[in-house]
Amino acid sequence: MVKKRGITFWLSVAWIALVMTCAVGAGFLPLPAPDQIDWACLATSPDGVHLLGTDNVGRDIAARLFFGARVSLTVGVIAPCIGLVFGSLLGVAAGFYRGWPERVIVGAIDVFLAVPRLVFLLVAMFVFGSGLPAITLALGLLCVPSFARMARANTIRFAGREFVLAARATGADDVAIVLREILPNALMPMVAYALLVMGYVIVAEGGLGFLGLSVPAPAPSWGGMIAEGREVLERAPHVSMIPAAAMFLTVLSVNLIGDGLRGWMDDRESQL
Amino acid sequence: MRFLGGKLLHLVLVLLAVTALTFVLLDVLPVSVAHEIAGQGATPADVAAIREQLGLNDSVPVRYGRWLAGICRGDLGLSLYSKQPVSTAIASHLPVTLELLLLAQLFALTLALPIGIVSAWRADSKLHRLLGTLGFGLASVPSFALAVVLVYLFSLRLKWFPATGCTPLSEGVRVNLKGFVLPALSIALVEWVALMRVLRSDMIATLQEDFILLARARGLPDRRILLRHALRPSCFTMLTLFGVQTGNLIGGAVIVENLFALPGVGRLLLSSIFSQDFPMVQGCVLLIAVGYVTVNFVVDVCYGMLDPRVRREASGG
Repeated sequence: MVKKRGITFWLSVAWIALVMTCAVGAGFLPLPAPDQIDWACLATSPDGVHLLGTDNVGRDIAARLFFGARVSLTVGVIAPCIGLVFGSLLGVAAGFYRGWPERVIVGAIDVFLAVPRLVFLLVAMFVFGSGLPAITLALGLLCVPSFARMARANTIRFAGREFVLAARATGADDVAIVLREILPNALMPMVAYALLVMGYVIVAEGGLGFLGLSVPAPAPSWGGMIAEGREVLERAPHVSMIPAAAMFLTVLSVNLIGDGLRGWMDDRESQL
Repeated sequence: MRFLGGKLLHLVLVLLAVTALTFVLLDVLPVSVAHEIAGQGATPADVAAIREQLGLNDSVPVRYGRWLAGICRGDLGLSLYSKQPVSTAIASHLPVTLELLLLAQLFALTLALPIGIVSAWRADSKLHRLLGTLGFGLASVPSFALAVVLVYLFSLRLKWFPATGCTPLSEGVRVNLKGFVLPALSIALVEWVALMRVLRSDMIATLQEDFILLARARGLPDRRILLRHALRPSCFTMLTLFGVQTGNLIGGAVIVENLFALPGVGRLLLSSIFSQDFPMVQGCVLLIAVGYVTVNFVVDVCYGMLDPRVRREASGG
């Protein structure tokens, strides 16, 4: 029996599509530049000129929100991919060869997980330079251990199965077995997990932005916008609340889509 | 005993690796400490002298060895700028972090335990689904965004709690606790969901077991079955997660500490990294790593106490 995906799933897809459209089209829409200051409107409520109002220094919130979406989405899409690729490589190697490579990789993961994340992120950003590519790479590397753990567990699970034995009996070498027998099976749950990580990474980038450590100002990021709005929180709460709501809806949508996909894959697996 | 010994060895190895790795990582940073201390208009000779004096010219292994030797004497070194002993600085920041952590985890457990149990008990009801949806929503809120909303509602609108700042315990427990409620809540409201979920799924599995059926057949009330029979075998995964969360909070509440201006370890670490105060960063990293591995160690030991099978397997195998 295939479970029907509910309305929440499609609403989530619609929201993500909307955010993507806004992020891509931010440059083409009739909006003020995200760093253009309108001295006449400081922290004003939404009106005809500024669709979502202005922030505490008179910049258009809608414009900043759309340009900020680029940061969140870029990080949210690319960082989990980095984690997925490198994590799979390490995890499959550990799970397939066992012995000392496994011990080295598992030990390295343990140590890496005990290093305070903030120290790693800040040092990584010093090394890679600040800016979007650096943040994406740093957060991507942070995702590697959990993907590696998962890939290892899945590889061990599948490496002993009959179809792997059969492939070996037909004379397939290690590379062929990993690529054609193990990866296709091990990868499926990891892709669903990647969506969960996407939500986590968007929040993490928001946290960095909140501390003023994401893309350098005046470039907008959602976390930075929430932080800046705190100065006028009492009389103009929308300055903080709008980016906060955008981030919440985006993370919620990503989580709901991931949940829907997991349900779909479980159904498929039980049909096999 | 062998169970404990092996765990302890692992603990020490991880600590050594983490601190060594931090030394290497920090070495990558562009070192301008000597310039900063020498001030503007200092000659290269002055800078070189300061570098020599601080021991920054030695290689990483030498410095790491020196630092380790210091640790063995209970000496964490001095701050590069304020010359304050690192241990003193940490000791003054730690209580704030611990109080925040305890309160946050207390809130999280208070929410997770009853809700997890009830929703496992009524696993097919509307209530179960409603709680699941609520949890799903809350788990998607970044804690800093939640904190901003809480500050707006409870300190700016209702004026129940202060928005920032931390009053020392000496000025009264009530005032002091008041300052910690919002920060702790903004952590707990996000963390409890994961705890509740694992407890619920483990509990649903436990409730299918034969001994529960037996208890039901004996006519025991649901309340007794849930709390006395089902809870204990169901809380392993939750305990592990609880340990991991607590370990992460020791240095991981940076954003919340910053937002509410609480002088905790996270803030100390952040400002030390910015000013490149290496001994201070090293001290914080050591504390955080020690906290992380200790909590995990305690959880492992608790496992053994809650479930004799773990103890026997570990010492027998």
